[in-house]
Amino acid sequence: MPDGSELNMRYLPLTADDREAMLAAIGAKSIDDLFVDVPESARLSGPVDLPRVAGELEVERALSAMAAKNKTAGSVPFFCGAGAYKHHVPATVDHVIQRSEFLTSYTPYQPEIAQGTLQYLYEFQTQVANLTGMPVANASLYDGSTAMAEGVLMATRVTRRNKAVISGGVHPHYVKATETVVHAMGVETQVLPAAVDAEADVIAQIGPDTACVVVQTPNVFGTATDVTKIAEAAQANGALLIVVVTEAVSMGLLKSPGEMGADIVAGEGQSIGNALNYGGPYIGLFATREKLLRQTPGRYCGETVDAEGKRGFVLTLSTREQHIRRDKATSNICTNSGLCCLAFTIHMSLLGETGLRQLALLNHEKALATRDALAAIEGVEVLTPRFFNEFAVKLPKNAAEVVETLAAQGILAGVPYSRLAPEAGMDDVLLVAATETTLDADIQILATALKAAVA
Amino acid sequence: MSTMNNVGRPTTPNAVSEKPATLTGGRGLLQNEPLIFEGEGWGKTGVDLATPKTDGSDLGDLVRRDPIGLPGLSEPEAMRHYVRLSQKNHAIDLAIYPLGSCTMKHNPRLNEKMARLAGFSDIHPLQPQSTVQGALELMDSLSHWLTTLTGMPAVALSPKAGAHGELCGLMAIRAAHEAKGEHEQRRKVLVPTSAHGTNPATAAFVGYTVVEVAQTEDGRVDVTDLASKLGPDVAAIMVTNPNTCGLFERDIMEISRLTHEAGAYFYCDGANFNAIVGRVRPGDLGVDAMHINLHKTFSTPHGGGGPGAGPVVLSEALAPFAPAPWVVNTGEGFKLVEREEDEAAQAFGRLCAFQGQMGMYVRALSYMMSHGADGLRQVAEDAVLNANYIKARLSDLMSAAFPDGPCMHEALFDDEWLKGTDITTLDFAKALIDEGFHPMTMYFPLVVHGAMLIEPTETESKAELDRFIEAMRLLAQAAKAGDVDRFKGAPFHAPMRRLDETKAARSPKLRWVKPEGSNQAA
Repeated sequence: MPDGSELNMRYLPLTADDREAMLAAIGAKSIDDLFVDVPESARLSGPVDLPRVAGELEVERALSAMAAKNKTAGSVPFFCGAGAYKHHVPATVDHVIQRSEFLTSYTPYQPEIAQGTLQYLYEFQTQVANLTGMPVANASLYDGSTAMAEGVLMATRVTRRNKAVISGGVHPHYVKATETVVHAMGVETQVLPAAVDAEADVIAQIGPDTACVVVQTPNVFGTATDVTKIAEAAQANGALLIVVVTEAVSMGLLKSPGEMGADIVAGEGQSIGNALNYGGPYIGLFATREKLLRQTPGRYCGETVDAEGKRGFVLTLSTREQHIRRDKATSNICTNSGLCCLAFTIHMSLLGETGLRQLALLNHEKALATRDALAAIEGVEVLTPRFFNEFAVKLPKNAAEVVETLAAQGILAGVPYSRLAPEAGMDDVLLVAATETTLDADIQILATALKAAVA
Repeated sequence: MSTMNNVGRPTTPNAVSEKPATLTGGRGLLQNEPLIFEGEGWGKTGVDLATPKTDGSDLGDLVRRDPIGLPGLSEPEAMRHYVRLSQKNHAIDLAIYPLGSCTMKHNPRLNEKMARLAGFSDIHPLQPQSTVQGALELMDSLSHWLTTLTGMPAVALSPKAGAHGELCGLMAIRAAHEAKGEHEQRRKVLVPTSAHGTNPATAAFVGYTVVEVAQTEDGRVDVTDLASKLGPDVAAIMVTNPNTCGLFERDIMEISRLTHEAGAYFYCDGANFNAIVGRVRPGDLGVDAMHINLHKTFSTPHGGGGPGAGPVVLSEALAPFAPAPWVVNTGEGFKLVEREEDEAAQAFGRLCAFQGQMGMYVRALSYMMSHGADGLRQVAEDAVLNANYIKARLSDLMSAAFPDGPCMHEALFDDEWLKGTDITTLDFAKALIDEGFHPMTMYFPLVVHGAMLIEPTETESKAELDRFIEAMRLLAQAAKAGDVDRFKGAPFHAPMRRLDETKAARSPKLRWVKPEGSNQAA
């Protein structure tokens, strides 16, 4: 304001005159009259000790300065994976998700004026069901790790058993996030030792008290496994098989979890349509069999008709959810990853089956090329026999130190396994991922630098 | 004059009385848009990728051979499909979105722009910490703003939504009781009847028994009932403040004193923090843990139901139990503590794979920095002013659930005033859709019959409030005048008529399947 007496904040439309007129309409003398219920001792007399109102220019300058301190994936040879993958996302995706009608709408509780959101959720559910090879998929959870936790809890409800057998190939952070929650519920977990081919040890651990077996494919070391036999063994013992997939693109090349007999798929959908975002927001994929539907967590969109018989979509099966069932709900989840689902579904629609298969093959090709380049380095041993776009190598040195050395040279060489599980005694193991964004030149730069670093 | 080419001739309205239905189902700008699975997209793609040099044969039997069932769209088709869908949505950018308890406020686009800076969006969660110092600085800065605004010493950033934050808070409480050896005896959580459904659901999720606390006539926690239920078997209380009736809990000091005396912790559901931000610090009220919905108070977009973010501020007593990871400023730089060791020895675990909702952290910090401490205080004041204005302007026609005294950021009405009209809260809400508005929250909180909970937020102008109030008044008068048809069949003018939710739930159809006899590819 010209006289500096009043706050000028661009997002607040009320003027001083408006405020006065509104207070008069209410019958209040001042704004303080509306806060009379706050105990006097807790009323702040003025603004707290933080900076004051700032213009767009100032905020942009300050945040851009922070952003500039980070080394971005797109600016360097980049090989990090382990549950988050750099893919090219078509420009259309980010444009569409920023449309006001998608970005600034709420959960579609009034379906007559939310068909846009509901129809894309229905398309998303169909895409996820088909991609995972499962009969039904929900409208997303927070991320892959929370989807796994929800899957384990669901399995205990379905089987009325209390123990989860978790393969040593499951991402250690997924295991930790799951254990944190399910232990609070009194569910027991048996986590098998980490190994590149950890799935081989799983069947022997299935017992009459097993509620579910959790395996990941490709696993955290990149190993792709046919889990059909594990599914059969689990089901023969009355247990459910949960298949975790942290790289959704892999399902464009590898047999789907559904094809291999999964009862529940808990996946991370970030790879399709969503940026790395330093870990979030991501998108939890959750798919299962029809007969288990009523025990599942999260929202569903379903088909129905309106008063004129016209097809439309609504949120449905909400009798499982917290706002209806309260303490008897199947999960406490409310918010999902709506806009990330939209990004997923637009990217998947652009890909189509043809594009997805092509994308998956390109990822595999780049990973094979990277493997070949690294395998040629003396002292470097490739550990993963069959993989999609990520594999583990054993270095003659501490992998975390090598990663730091290469980072200082402007190369993000991958994820040291010790970052995920320092207690595993695999300090020399490096996880290396390649995608369609990996250039042949990047692979050469990595190989040359790694060779020098381990020499 | 010779015959004139009528292209470009100015049109004038003709006198046509009847409005015929369209032949195709389309209606003006509203396109009749099929599912992507019902189009011509089988085998198509809208991306141009290099031709792969491998066929995956090294993977042998692991290769997926059967059709997946994913149609493709060219880029122009994709753009049209989603733009057509978008036009069937209400949005805060279109009009007031007065959903009580949801805080649908303006989403500044600066925040979107900042979150998309490559330095934030194109960094990997497991990059060496030396390469993401700016990201850690942002998280540290956000933590500082959140702890200062709430007057709490610590914050756990990683919860991914409000309910996830509740989970975080209750797990911290549980860990604190375990550390004191009292977990086995403290198995109850007290929750007022007016609470969000997530509160009892979360308490049950963490293995607690939920005990309901009664509400007084004036819409607050019944302190006498609370006191009688507190004891050595209670782990925590979960109180929303301001509560879901839109009222500040006057006895909040007494509530926290009694809770602490009983050896329990005070969890505050911070869904309604927007009403008090900058004017009241929850830390001064004796709160031990409170989640903050960044997608409410700090304006990260709701995006059709997510993603959200639910950081939890913690008291001294609970801070040691916060889940990994978190950021520490070492003086020489920022460090991400990822494991339960050293300074994090008592952390109760981890809530998600990585660091939480970084994209939301950027947006929320951008929003806070824009407002500043003074702007945020004004946010609370304008939010409360707007709600009271609506309450004042509608109370002569509708029945305020708690007429005495001011409300906070939302105005609550019951359906007493609709008695004898044969019109329900639902009917009224659907008629509001016809007038171009998104309805208020209906039938919540459960403690008020036929509840209509209206939360305008601070980003509505007086003109928009007046427009909404006028529509509400006209509808209320129509209801009282017996214009029942206007309500019973509503909405008439929305993209869809009223939808059959019962049918959807009875025989769930949750995905598209190829119709019998169809020769489509999937």
